[in-house]
Amino acid sequence: MDTFLQNVVNALQWGSFYALIALGYSMVYGVLMLFNFAHGDIFMVGSYIGFFIATGLISLSALGIISLPGWAILVLTILLAMLLTSFVGVLVERIGYRPLRDAPRASAAITGLMIGIILETGNLYLLGASRRKFPEIIETNIFKLGNVSLTNTKIFIVIISLLIMIALHQFIQHTKWGMAIRAMAYDFVVVPLMGVPVNAIAALTFGLGSALAAAAGVFYGMAYPVLDPYMGIEYGWKSFVAAILGGRGSVIGTVIAGFLMGFLDIFVATYFPSTMRNLISFSIILVILTFRPHGFFGRAYSAQLRL
Amino acid sequence: MKSTIDNSSPTPRKGIRRYWSSFRQFFAQTPLLGWLFGLLLASILENLIGYSLARTIGLSKPPVLFGVDIALKTPHLLPSSLLYDLVIYIIPIVLVVRFLTPLANRLAAGLLRSPMWLSALVHMALLYATLYLWTNVNDYRALVSKLMMVSIIITLSLNVVNGYMGEFSCSHPGFIALGAYIASLVTVGLFVGGDFGFILLPKFLAPFVFPVALILGGAVAALGALLVAFPSFRTRGDYLAIISLAFMFIVKSLFENLEPLGGARGFGNQPNLATLPVVFIWTMLSIWIINNFVQSTMGKALNAVRDNELAADAMTVDTRKTKMVTFLFAAFWAGVAGGLFAHVIRYVNPGTFGLQKLAEVLAMVYFGGLNSVIGSIVGAVGYNLLSEMLRPLELLKWIIIPLLLILVMIFRPTGLIAFREFDLRKILQPKVSPKIEEVENVPPAS
Repeated sequence: MDTFLQNVVNALQWGSFYALIALGYSMVYGVLMLFNFAHGDIFMVGSYIGFFIATGLISLSALGIISLPGWAILVLTILLAMLLTSFVGVLVERIGYRPLRDAPRASAAITGLMIGIILETGNLYLLGASRRKFPEIIETNIFKLGNVSLTNTKIFIVIISLLIMIALHQFIQHTKWGMAIRAMAYDFVVVPLMGVPVNAIAALTFGLGSALAAAAGVFYGMAYPVLDPYMGIEYGWKSFVAAILGGRGSVIGTVIAGFLMGFLDIFVATYFPSTMRNLISFSIILVILTFRPHGFFGRAYSAQLRL
Repeated sequence: MKSTIDNSSPTPRKGIRRYWSSFRQFFAQTPLLGWLFGLLLASILENLIGYSLARTIGLSKPPVLFGVDIALKTPHLLPSSLLYDLVIYIIPIVLVVRFLTPLANRLAAGLLRSPMWLSALVHMALLYATLYLWTNVNDYRALVSKLMMVSIIITLSLNVVNGYMGEFSCSHPGFIALGAYIASLVTVGLFVGGDFGFILLPKFLAPFVFPVALILGGAVAALGALLVAFPSFRTRGDYLAIISLAFMFIVKSLFENLEPLGGARGFGNQPNLATLPVVFIWTMLSIWIINNFVQSTMGKALNAVRDNELAADAMTVDTRKTKMVTFLFAAFWAGVAGGLFAHVIRYVNPGTFGLQKLAEVLAMVYFGGLNSVIGSIVGAVGYNLLSEMLRPLELLKWIIIPLLLILVMIFRPTGLIAFREFDLRKILQPKVSPKIEEVENVPPAS
């Protein structure tokens, strides 16, 4: 029972990474009906940007140039990383996706893949092959609840992730821009005729998605402080699966699917050899998709319009 | 014929464009046969004087891939490798094209009157002779050529699903892995033994058993494709992409956990059965069969399913059967290619068949062109050549190739040569019919 609860805590943390990344996929997919295959690597870029900001701020305060408490550095790191990474996301949209708005969808998927490879290799080229260690921004405290050990970073990550997801949901449901995003997801042809600026909305979704991925990247660095240029690949693809599993354009469905991926990963690794992780979790996903071919919250739709 | 008309049209062009148009006119009359003659002569020449020429102009050995690799590694050798290319490849080919074009046209016309298979066989024999001589110079070239041909099979088979049927299938690395492992299991089990304890057959039977092993690998891959084909009845597009992706992960993970087959360490010791002629024959076979498949009634049904499934259904296309047959067919060829791949490299490990392979395979298909056999061949050959030539650049290679692909996607969103039919007759026919040429050669009225 204790190991079970312990695994639940770990799975919540693990799943919040998936959910945050998957939301970026899901929004781009909902609005433009395109796969942004560079998104996993944007998560990696966000993590590296967070690493540089955190290291910079910590060394500045160690030198006595600025005096900030740990929590302020953490908040600054997260916010700055989200901001800068959203610029990267907008740039990716401008270079790789906007010229291909009217092309077959698969072509845009290929540019996404290629931008991903460029981001990985560019990172390797600029920063070298050595792995980076994410600095410890706030001191990790371990405390026990019964026999379940919790750390303050774990609680922080899960709670802030959930808050970000709720904020996104509110934004999409209750603001004018959010309404534009939903309208675009509803009908790509007529809505632009009603005066909704397509390019601005596309840039907004890429920026928002990248900001969420950056948050996930910083959290990942806090939880598992080893960064390498290829860390985004498997995360990206699995989050992509989660985004599709959740149903097109559904924030709640995507979050649920993201946490499901996290739970599958952790629990399969606990009860079976860890090498079986992908085998079993993807088999379960295959079964789910056989019975619910349009995801948890998705409706049947035709992609014909965009082809 | 066309070019003769162009010749008479008095449209003077200036500068580079004039040179370009005369350049094109110079080559426009050469049929495929003429090019093959030129390539053959170039490779014979390379076999005869390649080494001594390379030594004289300061290269240690003939440049492997047209000197690009040498020029990138040691830039000061660029002039000598250019000189080598000029003497060995460009001058002989230009000379042959200049002087043998009438002969080649006449021969091609003669061949065209004979049955098509004979004509195709003659061309393929010439192509094989060229390839054999070219790879004879260097073992690395042989390896590159074999991998290139395997890539052609893979790209073609993926194009059937992604281009002709319009699905976004990500499962191809899985099919390749299935074919590779099953074929290796048969050949290693029967002829090498090792840990398996099968009955060992005498070695001389191996070349005869190898096709069976490949077909078995393809059949198992096709069986695996059932897992993807059944869900495709209910869903299309993006959900199918996920299902196929899940399939790929499952197959990779399965082989990682199969300890008897080496697990994550991989599986080696395949006998050296995938020689150049074997790979060549399988590649030609796959081009022929896949081309026939996409031009058949079933092939037309594929395009109908892609463009509008409901309408296709209403027009009495059996969409279920079409999808099922297509997935199995594509997976079969991917499996065969996997078997060949395993015997070319003579070692497989599950890590090879992951996301990186997927990106590579997709890149080849979309680079070459959707819905076109010739596009797939161009895509596979182009991607492989580029990837080998830029190898000395190491990391930068993985920035240049993606950038090139992005540019191709932006300017030609469906690929370089998309939506073009592969018409053998058109490719093999003479460019100038002999009669007209004879008329041309007759001096003006006396």
